[in-house]
This record gives sequence, structure tokens and C-alpha cells, in this order.
Amino acid sequence: MKTELTVDQQEALKKVKAENKSFAQTIWHEIKNDKVAFIALFILTVIMLIAYISPLFLDQTESGRVNFSQIYKPPSAEFWLGTDRGGRDIFTQLMIGARNSFTIGVVITLISGVLGLGIGLISGYYGGKVDFVIMRVIDFLMVLPTLMLIIVFVVIVPKFNVWSFIGIMSILLWFGKARLIRSRTLAERELDYVNASKTLGTPNWKIMLFEVFPNISSLVIVNMTLNLAGNIGIETGLTFLGFGLPESTPSLGTLISYAQHPDVMENKWWVWLPASLTILVVMLCINYIGQAIKRASDARQRLT
Amino acid sequence: MITFIIRRILVMIPQLLLLSIIIFLLAKAMPGDAITGAFQGNPDADANHLEEIKEKMGLNDPWYQQYGRWLGNFVQGDMGMSYVHKQKVSSLLAGRLGNTLLLSIATMITIYLISIPLGIIAGRWHNSWADKLVVTYNYVALATPVFVFALIMLFIFGFSLGWFPITGSVDIRAENGSWEYYISKAKHLVLPTLSGAIIGTVGTIQYLRNDIIDTKLKDFVKTARAKGVPEGRVYTRHILRNSILPIAAFLGYEITLLITGSVFIESIYSYPGLGKLFIESISTRDFTVVSALVMISGAAVIVGTMLSDIILSIVDPRIRID
Repeated sequence: MKTELTVDQQEALKKVKAENKSFAQTIWHEIKNDKVAFIALFILTVIMLIAYISPLFLDQTESGRVNFSQIYKPPSAEFWLGTDRGGRDIFTQLMIGARNSFTIGVVITLISGVLGLGIGLISGYYGGKVDFVIMRVIDFLMVLPTLMLIIVFVVIVPKFNVWSFIGIMSILLWFGKARLIRSRTLAERELDYVNASKTLGTPNWKIMLFEVFPNISSLVIVNMTLNLAGNIGIETGLTFLGFGLPESTPSLGTLISYAQHPDVMENKWWVWLPASLTILVVMLCINYIGQAIKRASDARQRLT
Repeated sequence: MITFIIRRILVMIPQLLLLSIIIFLLAKAMPGDAITGAFQGNPDADANHLEEIKEKMGLNDPWYQQYGRWLGNFVQGDMGMSYVHKQKVSSLLAGRLGNTLLLSIATMITIYLISIPLGIIAGRWHNSWADKLVVTYNYVALATPVFVFALIMLFIFGFSLGWFPITGSVDIRAENGSWEYYISKAKHLVLPTLSGAIIGTVGTIQYLRNDIIDTKLKDFVKTARAKGVPEGRVYTRHILRNSILPIAAFLGYEITLLITGSVFIESIYSYPGLGKLFIESISTRDFTVVSALVMISGAAVIVGTMLSDIILSIVDPRIRID
């Protein structure tokens, strides 16, 4: 039997529905009301648009060609950011580097995110012995000297390429995330809706994926945004040291690594400084956006 | 209490063993062994002879026997020979360890000198302009990768202004032990230390600020105020006493950061410490040195984390329940 709602109740329901915004809407609302986050989003969008669109118009083989008559030219109308030791245009390399660093950062964040999410969900959802074993393994993995191990793997992996780099990074960077998601899942599985689903006979994987996961997704999004900045930092840092992306895939770190030559550092600032500032600005923007998303995910912290 | 400490120490043993197994297997996966290093570039060495030596040194034994021997030697301080430097790894490390320790200690002291006053200011005058300034500084420090910051510091204060030396840990002309020697050492330390410390303050400032904001609303603080304790004393005697101790205990957790930082900072400033040695050794494929360094860093992190856990459990009994 279907009970008719009174007019008042219908009104109230409409109001609740209108106020019940999706998470994406809440994030947008939060960013719109936070001046700094809004500017950060704007700057990041502009940088990314330039980085992803300009390589389509720039001739990569032409700009990659060594031209000895143009070595170390300071910035000019022809070369916006000057040229490097091979006479190649720095601006082109900067854009390609920004695009590669960002893309690879996103891929690593996604893969390590899926790993951390999967393992964290399983550990937290099943609890008990499964949880105990997984957590002891993670306790151990957390105390490994990660940066050194990444470098060692990069050196000993045969036929090193971009995908092996992404693999190495993803395998060594999911532990913290798994622990975070596990603790939230532990709390979540005690709630009534999980018990209700279990009683109804819903398979465990379905509860985890379609019921628990949506409820912790805001935490995952916040964590992944902040991780993205960190991962870009680690990737460019490793490339700077010479243990990151292979030379065929230039990153922002490749440009900065030229600064290891004292002459370039002292007299040819246009080679390495723009790339350094790009990393700084991109990471700062991502962090500010991440903080805004974090506030959006927690009703108590929202600005309005 | 005692059981927690004993249990925590026991957990450390399998961690250390597991770490050593991983590093041993990695070392096996690295190209070259003790023989290739010792006879590298020696045209007189013939294959049969090499095989004989290999057999004698036990390089053909099953891996667990080799592992046992390796671990036994390692614990006794015999970490093998460096192919490149042609000397014992242990003496090579000993020569560099002092510099890294000096840099790490200087960095930690500077971090405390910056972060404790700033954390207190931000917490005490919560939401003031000073607090907002500190929070902004924290955001920027959090987002800045250490190698970018170190390069910019080197560019500004080393190259452009020329205030500080740009490479090494000491002026080679300075006589060991003389007054100039120590002055030069200190001058070489300034930039690497500041590069690590200025952006290494994030965790401490954030912790201290949040802790003070939480604590200053607690009942015992109100009681102190009601008794007429002056505001300054409320902070030094009542609030900070609770907040400072955990900060000291976090030191063990910071070891990972210090190691990561030292790899970048020492390479950028050509500072002859363990981090630079690691990059040099891996570039020259000097894998005995590499595995020794990874093992020592890993052990330092494991022991540091354990010490922090134990100290924190003494400070805050709630942690012990686990």
C-alpha cells in the first residue's frame, strides 16, 4: 500500500533533495567560495591547457634537432625561454616536460590509488586475521627506505622504460593509502547498512565495491589529490638525479638536471629556473585545490 | 608498559631480518659480484681460475647459505669490498658518516628553532594575521620539493650573492683541527642545513599549532587562568609541557625524511656524506656499497620508528592499547 505524502511532506522532501548536492557540486561550491583555491584551479587549468595543447602545434622533431649556431641563447622573441646546450628551444621542452610529468604523476596516482584502495578495503572489511596479516605487512613496508629502493630498482630493471618506472613507483607508494582506507573501512563495516546487506545475502565484493566504497570515496579523492602533488615531486626529483624517466621522455626534472652543471646554474638560469618554478606553482596549486576538496568532504570544515 | 616495550622490540627483529633478505636478494639481482669487481679490467684473469676462486669464496653455494654468511659478516661490520674505491665498505662509510650526522643534527636543530616558536605563535594567536602567515608558509613548504628549493637556495646565496661556499664540506686548504678549519666547516654547512630545514618544518608546526589550539580550551588551562596564572606562564608551564614531549619523540619518524633529504641535498651541494655516496655508488654500479647503504638506512628507520613508538607510548598511554 502506498501512502500519499501530504503537501507539507512533499515540500520538505523537495527541499532536502535540493540541498543534497552531489560531492562534485560541493567541491565546486567550496572552490568557488575560496579565493585562493579558485585562483589555484585557474592557474593550473591554464598551465595544463598550454602544456597539453601546445605540443600539438610544435614540431617536436624540428625543435629536438641539435642546432649548434643557437647554443645557449638567452630568451628572445624567437626563443621565448632561450635555448639549451644543443640549441634546442627551452619553451618547447618545458611544455613537453610539464605534460609528461603531469600525465605520469596522474597515472602513478591512479595505479597506486587502486592498489591502496583494494588492499585497504579488503583489510578493513574482513578484519580479524586477514586484517592482522595485511597490517603487519604494511607496517613493515612503511619502514622501508622507499626513495633508495626506487633508485635501486630503476638501475637493476632490465630494459628500463616509462612503464617500468610507473610500475616501480606504484608498487612502492601505496602503503600509506591502504592504511588510511583500512581504518575508515573498519569503522564503516560496523554500520547498519553493511549488516543489512549481509543479511540480504549480497556478496561481499558487491558490498565493498558498491556500498562501502561510495561512502569513503570523498576520503579517497582528497587523499589522491594530495598524493598527485607528492608523486609529481618524487618523479621530477628522481629524473633530476638521473634515475627517473628515460631520456626519450623528457620531464620537468630533465630540464632542472642541467643545473647540476655550475656554469648552467650560474649563467644560464633560463634553462632550469622556469622548470623549477613550474613545478613549484603546479604543486602549490594542486595542494590548495586538495585542501579545498578536503574541506568540502568534511561538513564541519566547509566555508559556508 | 613493560610488555608493550618488549613486544615492540620483538616486532623489530622480523622486520630487520626481512629487510636484510630483500636487500640480499636485490644485491644478487644486481649485475656483478665480488669477483667481477676485484678482477675488473685485469686481462690476465682466465675463466677457469675465476671459477675456482668463485667456488672457494662460496659464490656457487645455495642462496640461503650465502645469505647466512653475508648477514653474519654484515653484523660483525664486514660489508665487503667496494669495486670502485678498492677499499673496505665499512671504512668508506665511516669516512662519510660523520658529515651526514653533522648535517642531520644541524638540520633537526634548525627545524626546531624555526618551528617551535612559529607553532606557538600560530597556536596562541589562532586566526590572527601572524597565524595566517605561518599557515601560508606551511602550505608553501609542504608543496616545495626539496631539490627545487635546494637549487634555488644554491643559486641565490651561493652563486648570485656569493655569501656561502657552493660545494664540499670544508675548504681543502684549511688545516685539519685549526680554527679556520672549523669556521670553514660551519660555513659549508649553512646552505645545506637551511635547504633541508626551512621546508622540513611542516609536520612540527602543524602538530604544535593544532595541539595548542586544542589544549587551550581544556579545563585544566581554564583552572590555571582562574587561579590567576599570568597568560605567558599558562603557555610555558601548562600548555607547552604537554605539547613539546611528543615533538621530541617524532624525531624517530623524521629519520626517513632526513635520509631522503640528504640524498638530494648532498648531491646538489656536492657534500661528501652518505647520500652523495649512495648516488655516486649507484651511478658507478658499485653495488656492495649500495646494498650496505640501503641496509643501514633501512635499519636506522626501523630502529628510529621503534624508539618513537616507545617514547610516545610512555607520553600518551592511549597508544599502548594495541
